[in-house]
Amino acid sequence: MSRRWGLLVLLTALAAAAGLFLGAEPLPAGAVWRGLVDPAAPGALIVRDLRLPRVLLGFVIGGSLAVSGASLQALLRNPLADPYLLGLSGGAGLGAVGAIALRLPVAWAVPAAAFAGALAALGLVYALGRSASGRLDPRVLLLAGVVTSSFAAAVMSALMVLSDAAELRNAFLWLLGGLGRAAWGPLGLFLLWAPLPLAVLFLSSRSLDLLALGEETAGYLGAEVERVKRRVVLSAALLTAAAVAVCGMIGFVGLVVPHLVRRLLGPLHARLLPVSFVLGGALLVGADALARVVARPVELPVGVVTALVGVPVFAFLLRREAGR
Amino acid sequence: MILEGRELTVRYPGAGRPAVDGVSLGVAAGELVALVGPNGSGKSTLVRALLGAIRPERGEATVAGRPVATLARAELARQVGVVVQREEPAFVLRVAEFVELGRYPHLGALTPPGADDRRAVQEALQRTDAWDLRDRPIDTLSGGEWQRVRLARALAQRPRLLVLDEPTAALDVRHAMELLELVRGLTAEGLGTLMITHELNLAARYAERMVLLDQGRVAAQGRPTEVLTQPVLTRVFGWPVAVTTWCDGSPQVVPLKPGEVGTGN
Repeated sequence: MSRRWGLLVLLTALAAAAGLFLGAEPLPAGAVWRGLVDPAAPGALIVRDLRLPRVLLGFVIGGSLAVSGASLQALLRNPLADPYLLGLSGGAGLGAVGAIALRLPVAWAVPAAAFAGALAALGLVYALGRSASGRLDPRVLLLAGVVTSSFAAAVMSALMVLSDAAELRNAFLWLLGGLGRAAWGPLGLFLLWAPLPLAVLFLSSRSLDLLALGEETAGYLGAEVERVKRRVVLSAALLTAAAVAVCGMIGFVGLVVPHLVRRLLGPLHARLLPVSFVLGGALLVGADALARVVARPVELPVGVVTALVGVPVFAFLLRREAGR
Repeated sequence: MILEGRELTVRYPGAGRPAVDGVSLGVAAGELVALVGPNGSGKSTLVRALLGAIRPERGEATVAGRPVATLARAELARQVGVVVQREEPAFVLRVAEFVELGRYPHLGALTPPGADDRRAVQEALQRTDAWDLRDRPIDTLSGGEWQRVRLARALAQRPRLLVLDEPTAALDVRHAMELLELVRGLTAEGLGTLMITHELNLAARYAERMVLLDQGRVAAQGRPTEVLTQPVLTRVFGWPVAVTTWCDGSPQVVPLKPGEVGTGN
C-alpha cells in the first residue's frame, strides 16, 4: 500500500515538473527554477503567473473530474458514466456558446454562462429523474441527461451555424476545453468551491460501496439510499459544473481514471476516490504539459492528448480483462 | 418476537386490490418460518413491508419491539441480515471484501474496520464454509458458492434475524440441502429466520412454521402439517396436488398430472 502511494506521489511530482518546466515558451530548467524562487528573475512572470497556477488548476480539476466520474459510475451502476453525463456537457456548452454568440464583453461572461447553463441542465435532469414519490431513478436520470444534452447541443449547433467565423472558432476552442485560461483567480474560485462537494463524496465512500450492489441490498446493509443518491448526484454535478466553467469540457479523465484505479486497487471507494483524485490530477497535469509542447508553437487541446494517450491504455486494459 | 407484523396492508399506487391485505406474522429467536405461496401472492411485498422498505397503508411492523418505520437503516441492518433473491454487483470485489460490507452498519463513515470486524468476517466465512474462497473474485463463484458468500455477508452483520428470499432457487439438490442444513444449524443457535421459498417439500422438512399467502391474504399458517393440506394447496395454487407423508412426519406435496387421482392423505 505504501509503495503504491509512493508511486502515486512520484507520478504526481513528475507531472508537476513537466507542467512547470515544459511550455510554449522554451525556458531552460535553471530559469524556471530561478523564476520559482525569485520573483524578480527574468522567467518569473511565466513560471509564477502562468505555469504554476496552471499546474495546480490542472491537478485539482483532473482530480475532481476523476472523483466525480468514479462516484457516478457507482451510483448509476454504469461503468460508462462520466462526469458530464447528467446534462452538464450540453448545458455548459450551450451557455458558453450563447455568451460567445452574444459577444458579451467581459472576460468572465463565458465561464459564468457555462456554469449557469450547466446548473440549469442539472436542474432539468434532476427534475425529470425524480419520480412522483420523490425517488431518484438512476435509469431515468441517465436518459434525462442524454436528452437534455442532445437538446442543448442542437440549440448550440444552431447558434454556431448562425455565428460568424471568428466566433465559431472561439466557441469551438472553448468546447474542446483546456487549461489555457488558468490563472490564480479561477484557481482560487475553484478551490473555494470544490472542497465541500469533494468532502461529501469522500464521506459517501461506504454508501457508494453499498449502492454498487443495487439499491435494495444497499438499503438492507444500512444505506439511506434516497438520501445518498441525492447527495452524490448533486455533489458530483456541482463539482463538474465548476470544472466545466473554469476550463471547458475535458473528456476521458473522469471516465477512465476510475477504471484504471479499480483495476489496480479494487472497487472499494475509501481507496478508489482518493487515489482517483491524485491519479486524475497527475494525468491531467502531465497531458497538459504534453499538449503544450508536442506541436509547439500551437497548443493542442488537452482533451485531445488525454484521449490520444488514454484510449490505447484503456483498450489494452480491456483486452487484458477479456483475455483472462 | 424479533420481527413482527400486525395487520399489514400494502397497496401499490394505482392498484385496485392491495398486494398484501391484513397480514400478521411474527418470527421469534431460534425459529425458522417459511413464507410460501403462488407467484404474485405478495410474499416479497410482505417482506419489504416487514423490513420498512415500503410503507404499509395500514398496520405496523416492529423489529425487536421497535416500529421499523422509526429505525435508521443502519440500526435495522444490525438486527436483520437480508439475502435478496437476485443481486448483481456493479463491480467485482473479492469475497472477503464483499463479506466485510456486512460490517458497514457497525462502522462510521470513516472508521476503518477493527479487530472485531475482522473476526466477524472470519467467523461468517468459516461458518458458511467459504473461508477458502476469501481471495476469489466474486464473479468466479458458482451458484452454490455465491449463495454461501451472500449468507456469510448477512452473518457478518451479526444479526438476530435472517431474511432469505428464495435462497435455494438456483441450487441443485446437494447445494440446496447444504444451504438449508446450514440455516437450520444457525437457527438452532438462536437466530430467527424468515425464508421465502417455492420449495414446499424442503420447507415442510426444515421450517417450524409455515405461512401460506394467497392473493395477499394468509390462506393457512401453523406447523407444516397444518398448512400443507390437499384442499387448500389445490385451491391456492390452482392445480391439483396430492399430499403424502415422509417418514420423518413432514408432509410432502406431489403435483398431479391431468387425469391422475391423488392417493395421499
